[in-house]
Amino acid sequence: MHELSIAYHLVEIAAQAAQSAHVKQVDALHLRLGALSGVVKEALLFSYEIATAGTVLEGSRLVIEEIPVALHCPACAVTSVLDTIQVFRCPICGQPSNDIRQGRELEVVSLEIADEQPTYS
Amino acid sequence: MNNPRILEIRRGVLEKNDLLAQNLRAHFNEAGVMVINLVSSPGAGKTAFLEATLRHLRENGLRPAALVGDLATDNDAQRLARSGAPVRQIVTGGNCHLEADMISTHLADWQLDLTNLDYLFIENVGNLVCPASYDLGEHLRVVLLSVTEGEDKPLKYPTLFNSADVTIITKIDIAAAVEFDRAAATAAIHAVRPGMIILETSAKTGEGMQNWLEYLNTCRQTYPLQPITT
Repeated sequence: MHELSIAYHLVEIAAQAAQSAHVKQVDALHLRLGALSGVVKEALLFSYEIATAGTVLEGSRLVIEEIPVALHCPACAVTSVLDTIQVFRCPICGQPSNDIRQGRELEVVSLEIADEQPTYS
Repeated sequence: MNNPRILEIRRGVLEKNDLLAQNLRAHFNEAGVMVINLVSSPGAGKTAFLEATLRHLRENGLRPAALVGDLATDNDAQRLARSGAPVRQIVTGGNCHLEADMISTHLADWQLDLTNLDYLFIENVGNLVCPASYDLGEHLRVVLLSVTEGEDKPLKYPTLFNSADVTIITKIDIAAAVEFDRAAATAAIHAVRPGMIILETSAKTGEGMQNWLEYLNTCRQTYPLQPITT
């Protein structure tokens, strides 16, 4: 299981971005997770709490958008979304294809920032 | 001043590893060494296969070396060193896969002159899940599947098989004894990676090793490796 190490990587990236933007508290981290990323959603969610402890992301939610594989078929000239990662064939004509256009994503998309009271000094 | 509600980031979680891997690959290209990442489940025969490969390459006058990832021991490195090729161990200390920075750190410590090599093999940790996500700067990713493992293994670990360039079926000398179903294995491999080249080998009897060496040589000719000219 390498999801804990993945969780630490994503927290590092997010914490860096939060710091540069002078963010004190994060509500949620949005992540795009491809079906072929090699990362298991449940294991990542479990690891997230551990990885965020003591960081600006502590207590935040991890919101995962699952990205299915999209396969391009040269014969049909169509890119189709697959509902499996076990058969790489065009769902229209049945031809095998290796032209994967989507599904390897493992990307930090954005942070949802907690509302803060305006500060006056 | 209120902070914005949404802070856009859009960065790859493994971008650090990917960037390091790209730099490593450029470095390997410049040195003219072809790098092969071997992945399989534990017990598929990676070490025996690599030992036979190193021995055969050396017999053919070529210059291979190997970096060997292992969770806790240096047994594999000791076995491989018998081939006479330079071998170095990466003990991952429980980490289930190799990452690009482990490769660059060990290469730096090793002080191996890459320009004196034809091939550098990286034996990954025995695991069919985690190594899939990590580019090590290799030119060729080779997945090993032994005849004893079950022909449907590619369907159980599609991400790794999909990320590989070639499948090596190992222990082919005992295929009949374990009733290995060649057609089923081929169908499973091609379902998750259409058209992938499949080579059958036995490290024990040497069967198929010549085909594998020829395949390696063809890849080496094809890859854009640029040996340093003196």
